[in-house]
Amino acid sequence: MSAPARPVEGRFFTPAIQIMLALWGLGTVAGLYRFTHGLGAATSMNDGYPWGLWIAFDVVVGTGLASGGYAMALLVYVFNKGRYHPLVRPALVTSLLGYSVAGVAVAFDLGRFWNMWRIPVSVWDWNGTSVLLEVALCMMAYTAVLFLEVSPALLERWAASGREDRAALARAWLPRVERALPFVVAVGLVLPTMHQSSLGSLLLVAGTKLHGLWHTGLLPLLFLLTAVAMGYAVIYFESIFSSVAFRRPLETRLLGRLGVFIAGVIAAFVVVRFAGLFLSGRIGLTVSSGVHSFFFWAETLLFLGAAWLFMQQGVRAHAPGQLQAALLALFAGAMYRIDAFLTGFNPGQNWVYFPSLPELFVTLGLVATETMAYVFLVRKFPILAGVTAPASRTVPAAAARQGVVS
Amino acid sequence: MAEMTRRTALRTLGAAGAACAALAPGEAEARVARQPDPEDHGLLVDVVRCIGCRACVTRCKEANGKPPDVRTVAGAAYDAPVDLNATTLTVIKRWAGEREAGFVKAQCMHCVHPACASVCMMKALHKGEHGIVEYDVSKCVGCRYCQIACPFNVPKFEWASVAPRIVKCELCRHRAKDGKGPACAEVCPRDAVTAGKRGALLAEARRRIAERPRAYEREVYGETDGGGTNVLYLAPVDFAVLGLPELGRDPAPALSEVIQGGIYQGFAAPLVLLGALSIVTWKNARAARKEEER
Ligand code: SF4
Ligand code: SF4
Ligand code: SF4
Repeated sequence: MSAPARPVEGRFFTPAIQIMLALWGLGTVAGLYRFTHGLGAATSMNDGYPWGLWIAFDVVVGTGLASGGYAMALLVYVFNKGRYHPLVRPALVTSLLGYSVAGVAVAFDLGRFWNMWRIPVSVWDWNGTSVLLEVALCMMAYTAVLFLEVSPALLERWAASGREDRAALARAWLPRVERALPFVVAVGLVLPTMHQSSLGSLLLVAGTKLHGLWHTGLLPLLFLLTAVAMGYAVIYFESIFSSVAFRRPLETRLLGRLGVFIAGVIAAFVVVRFAGLFLSGRIGLTVSSGVHSFFFWAETLLFLGAAWLFMQQGVRAHAPGQLQAALLALFAGAMYRIDAFLTGFNPGQNWVYFPSLPELFVTLGLVATETMAYVFLVRKFPILAGVTAPASRTVPAAAARQGVVS
Repeated sequence: MAEMTRRTALRTLGAAGAACAALAPGEAEARVARQPDPEDHGLLVDVVRCIGCRACVTRCKEANGKPPDVRTVAGAAYDAPVDLNATTLTVIKRWAGEREAGFVKAQCMHCVHPACASVCMMKALHKGEHGIVEYDVSKCVGCRYCQIACPFNVPKFEWASVAPRIVKCELCRHRAKDGKGPACAEVCPRDAVTAGKRGALLAEARRRIAERPRAYEREVYGETDGGGTNVLYLAPVDFAVLGLPELGRDPAPALSEVIQGGIYQGFAAPLVLLGALSIVTWKNARAARKEEER
C-alpha cells in the first residue's frame, strides 16, 4: 500500500507553541476563577441563556469539527476507498482530541460537575426521554472507541521503542486490536450517527424559544449532514495545514476526488433545509425575520459557496482552492450550529447573552491545548503518512521503525 | 473487488435504512402524552381577583427559606424580585391590556407532562406524588437543560453559588408532613390563589365563569394547554396578554419524544445499523487482507 505513517519528530517548542502555551495559561486562570467563584461570576450565562459559548462552540461546534474520524471511517471502511487510508489516522487523532476537549468543556460547564460520574453509572436513574442523556453516553462511549482506533499508533511506537517490556506488550496487543478493528470501526460509525444527529434533537423541545428558521423536526437530519460535511472539510484543512507545518507533500489529488462527494452532502443539507421550510409554510421567514433572515442567508451562501468550490476540486484540484472550500464549509457548519443554539434562540423577556472574557479565555485555552496535543502527537507517534525522516536521525533507528510499521 | 464491496455496502445500508423506517414511527404518538389526573394537586390562580399585594411572594420566601431579593432604588432597599430567580419561587407581575390592567402570579405550572422532567438526564426533576414536579438535587448535574426546555421559563439556577442547585416551586410539598398546603394560597387575602385537587379546581373555575361570564374569559388556561397543567389560570383578558405562552394541546416535549422515541424505539435502529456496518467493515477488512497477501 501507500507510504506508512511515521512520526514527524523535530523541535516541539516553536514560537507558535509558545503562544499557545500562553493561551493555555489564560484559560487555566479563567477556569480556576470559574471553579472558585461559580458560573455566575465567570460567565455571561443567565436563566434565559443557560447554555453559552462552552456548549454551543466547544461541544456542539467542536465535535462537529471532530467528525473527521467519522467521515474518513465511513469513506475508507464502508465505501472501501482504500486510497484514502493515509488520511484516516490523522483524522482519528483530531477527532479524539476534539471529543476530549468537549468533555473537558462540559466539566467546566456543568454546575454540579462532581455528579458527572453518575451519568454512565446510575443506570437505574436513566431517563429514556432525555436527548441529552443519549448525547452524553454516546459521546463518552465514542471517545473510548476513538482511543481504541488510535491505539495502534501508540502500540506501533512502543513496538519500535528500545524498551523490551513495552515492545513485548505492544507486539502482544497490536494483532488483537487489529483483529477487533472492523467491529470497533462499526461501533465508531454508529455512535456519531446517533449523537451528532441528537445534538440537533436537543433543540426539538425548545419549540417556543427557537426561531422558526432553525426549529424543525428535521433538526437531527440537518445536524447529521453538517457533521459529515464538517468532517470532510476538516480533513482538507488538516491535510493542508500539516503539509505546510511539517513540510510534507500535499495530498491535493487525493483530496480533489473527494470534493464532489462533499459538495453533494452540502447540497443535500441545503435542499433538506429549504424543503422543510416550504413544507411547513415557513419559507416567508427567510425574508421577513430581519437579523435572523440575514444569518439564515449568510449560512446558506457560505454552504453554497463551499459546495461550489468543492465541486471544482473534482475537475481541477489545487491546494489554495481546497483550503478556501474547507474554510467556507467549516464556517458555514459552525455558524449554522451556533445560530441554532444561540443566535436563533430567544427565551423571551429581555434576556441577552454575549460570552464573557473568562468564557472566551477558557475556549481559547482549550483550542490551544488541542492544537499543542496534536502537534505533540504527530511529532512523536506514527500518524502522518509521507513524512520524510529527518536527516539527523541515525539510519539504523529509522530502518528499525520502518521494519515494524509496515 | 473494491467495486463489489462498495455495492454490498450500499445494499446492506439500504436494507438497514428500510428496517429503521419500518420500525420507527407507529405507536410512538399514543405512548407519549400523560393524561391529566383530577386527583393531582394544583393551584387555581384567579387574575380577576388578584390585587397585586404580593403577600404570596413574601410568604412563599418564608415558607421555603429563601432570602429576600434586595434591590436598592434611590438609596432605599426593597425586597423587589422582578422575575422568578434563584431566591424567588413565585412572583407577581403587572400586565396591561388595551382597556384593563392588573397583576398576574407566576410559579411552576406543574405540567401534566412536564418538559423539564422529560429532558432531565437522571430524573432529578420528575413527576412525584400527587402530580407535583419535584426536584432531587442528588441526581442533578447542573446541565440546565430543564431551563432550555421549560416553555414557562420556570426553573432557575443558583448562578452565584459554587454548588448551584435548580430552584423552583414544588407546591410546598415539604409542608405536607405538618398537614399544610401551598403557603401562597394560605396567605392570599382575596382568595386569588386556591390550592386543591385539579378536578375540584377546574369545577370551581367553571363555576366562577358561569357566575360572572362577563368578567372572565371563557377558557381556563392549563386545562388543555401544553398537554394540561395542574396550575390553572382564570383571566379577564386573552391569556397572551398575561404573558402565558400559546402552546396548543400537545405537551411541549411531545415533538422531541415522538422523534427521538421513533428513531430509538427499542434501540432497534442503532442495533440494525451496527449489524449492517459490522458486516460491511468486516468484509472489507477481509478483502483488504486478501489483496495484501496476493
Ligand atoms: S412549568 Fe416548567 S418547570 Fe414547571 S413543570 Fe412545567 S416544564 Fe417543569
Ligand atoms: S440542571 Fe439538573 S434538574 Fe435541570 S435538567 Fe440538568 S440535571 Fe436535570
Ligand atoms: S406553592 Fe409554595 S413554593 Fe409554590 S409558589 Fe406557592 S408558596 Fe411558593
